Amino acid sequence: MWDWIKIVALGLIALAAAIAANWARDIGYQVHAIIVMLVAAGMFLWTVRHMDEGKGPAPAGYNDAVIRAGVIATTFWGLAGFLVGVIIAFQLAFPSLNFEVLQGFGNFGRLRPLHTSAVVFAFGGNALIATSFYIVQRTCAVRLWGGNLGWFVFWGYQLFIVLAATGYLMGVTQGLEYAEPEWYVDLWLTVVWVAYLITFLGTLMTRREPHIYVANWFFLAMIVTVAMLHLVNNLAIPVSLFGSRSVQVFSGVQSAMTQWWYGHNAVGFFLTAGFLGMMYYFVPKQAGKPIYSYKLSIIHFWALIFLYIWAGPHHLHYTALPDWASTLGMVFSVILWMPSWGGMINGLMTLSGAWDKIRTDPILRMMVISLGFYGMSTFEGPMMSIRAVNSLSHYTDWTIGHVHSGALGWNGMITFASLYFLTPRLWNRDRLYSLSLVNWHFWLATIGIILYASSMWVTGIMEGLMWREVDANGFLVNSFADTVAAKFPMYVVRGLGGVMYLTGALIMTYNLWMTAFGKRQPVALATPAE
Amino acid sequence: MKKPIDREREVTTTGHVWDGIEELNNPLPRWWVWTLYATIIWGIGYAIAYPAWPLLTGATPGLLGFSTRAEVAADIAAVEASNAGMMTALAAVDLTTIDSSPELHGFAVNAGAAIFRANCSQCHGAGAAGGKGYPNLLDNDWLWGGAITDIAYTVTNGVRNEQSPDTRYSQMPAFGEILTPEEIQALVNHVLAISGQEHDAALATTGAALFAENCAVCHGEKAEGNREFGSPTLTDAIWLYGGDAKTLTQTVTLARFGVMPAWSQDYRGASGLNPAEINAVATYVHQLGGGE
Repeated sequence: MWDWIKIVALGLIALAAAIAANWARDIGYQVHAIIVMLVAAGMFLWTVRHMDEGKGPAPAGYNDAVIRAGVIATTFWGLAGFLVGVIIAFQLAFPSLNFEVLQGFGNFGRLRPLHTSAVVFAFGGNALIATSFYIVQRTCAVRLWGGNLGWFVFWGYQLFIVLAATGYLMGVTQGLEYAEPEWYVDLWLTVVWVAYLITFLGTLMTRREPHIYVANWFFLAMIVTVAMLHLVNNLAIPVSLFGSRSVQVFSGVQSAMTQWWYGHNAVGFFLTAGFLGMMYYFVPKQAGKPIYSYKLSIIHFWALIFLYIWAGPHHLHYTALPDWASTLGMVFSVILWMPSWGGMINGLMTLSGAWDKIRTDPILRMMVISLGFYGMSTFEGPMMSIRAVNSLSHYTDWTIGHVHSGALGWNGMITFASLYFLTPRLWNRDRLYSLSLVNWHFWLATIGIILYASSMWVTGIMEGLMWREVDANGFLVNSFADTVAAKFPMYVVRGLGGVMYLTGALIMTYNLWMTAFGKRQPVALATPAE
Repeated sequence: MKKPIDREREVTTTGHVWDGIEELNNPLPRWWVWTLYATIIWGIGYAIAYPAWPLLTGATPGLLGFSTRAEVAADIAAVEASNAGMMTALAAVDLTTIDSSPELHGFAVNAGAAIFRANCSQCHGAGAAGGKGYPNLLDNDWLWGGAITDIAYTVTNGVRNEQSPDTRYSQMPAFGEILTPEEIQALVNHVLAISGQEHDAALATTGAALFAENCAVCHGEKAEGNREFGSPTLTDAIWLYGGDAKTLTQTVTLARFGVMPAWSQDYRGASGLNPAEINAVATYVHQLGGGE
């Protein structure tokens, strides 16, 4: 019966997509309709061919297959996102790399959202989905709830990524930073995200442990809040059912405020709360130590999620936004400092009595440096939100340096450490292929981040000072082009930092590949759900 | 032997275990709590001192009466007040004698340089060296005149724009619609010849006759240019769009129509330049090296 419903639904989707492709009003929409049609038709055929196969016994134990897929997807999208990042870094340093033949799809303007979405949503999102599925099963001692719903979340999310990424290259965008995908991609992500919420909640509700582990609080806060942010910031009316364009419901300063409420909480809940969930599981596991303070985890969790949601207006100091709203954003951002640091303290203090391990365990060392970068960025953020500091830093590369010390240092490093932790366990290997390659990855990535962040700090503060430099009579001293020219050497350094970071990720990919698919015999590893 | 984590008392765990992970019952770090309290107290104080609480028809202004707009307006007003005397003198000055007053001239050059960086550098370059289609302002070659008053007129009214009725104006015909491709090649070779470049002598001879017939009326019989029409001299090595055979062919066939905006406030409203600013930027450009 279920198979029949699936066949009918998939057939109807394929047909509707074919009609939409035929009536499409723009090429981006047409390509997307064809992609949807091919996916639905392929699944239709697959379902028909496998209909008469008897159902095997219900699978037991943890659902690790979907996490294995997630580990592969995280690695793949990470490489893609880092590569595009390196390309656009050099396009900024050498504008002639915006080749004439690539105009309209391969120039900086098209590749930039491809980079940000690939690293934040494709790399970071897959890391969050995979690790949250792994952690929620282990800490609830129960199989992932909802049967194949986990697989729907995984593949549905990949389809979202493909639609978003191809859209950017074809210029399908609603022009909202980090929320570029157009209305139908947003709708699809909503469906996938609700399925994610249901899978996660279902697993929590069927748990065999009396309490919910702290990592799961953070994951749940991330899932719920991202759903709310996504829905509100993407409120738009399509121009046509058969076209990719839409008109946003908000306009002017309301639109800007909604956008940065969304944008800042994408950082707060996606890149902070979600990744703190990863930290709260993998750090104590890798260190073999208990979490430092239960009390601290409660207080900093509630303080963090209460305060973060108000901090968005600090992106709009000295704009059309009224002063009172900008004060609000600044005050909440500064108070957010200690709640953010609570996570760092709990992570680092968990290592009490295990500090000797960071000499011998490069994975633990990655976790420590990721917490270090987390602490640094969550101090820098409140500082930059102060109006007087922001008047210098805003619109400069300082912001880019701040974002990347957080993204490369905190999100990247904790994800790499988690991938190193997960791969041997998911593929039943007794250990990683090579710890010395992990060491290489660690140092390449660390030096890469330092080159990246310090060059952007230098160039950001320099350009901020150059922009405001006036002579004794109050006349501007520098033209904009002068500031661009002055930044050139730092742009090259930044690009080199990116190359090192990408090289480290390539080494990791080789290491993970050899661990999972190399010659060594798997060892028996019992993973009962009891 | 393991060191106790807390020296004063034995820290216990909460008793919960998840997948082997336990949690200790450590208290909140003192410094963490006090710093959190300090930021909260500071936040309350800041929200009282600065505009913060939204009300029905506005927001609390804060005890300090701070406003970002008022702050910027005050900064601008202070600079304008201190420059007011000079700016008034600059608006009324006879440009032809401005260099007799070194103080005013120096002020005008500084002010003009800032105006140039903000408004002109996008096309003419931060160093005023120009680019393809945008004249170099450092050399002696002037399309519409290099006297300081000529420059001020060009800044005020621009070139070939639709805003100023007094804009500098001329239009080269697209000779692709008038002459055959062979004739255009002959013309191009003539121009190559008079500008001292490699050329086909036979074609150039034919081209000379065509030049006299079609081009000399604007560019002059000796191709020395004519400032009345902004027509460039064709005998030197300075080219606005390029002096090679390919670019010249394109120029003759399709013609060119370079536009410069009229910068006077009469035509651009508040985003334009006032008379003092026009005088300043004209003085700046005039002293760059090519002023007449």
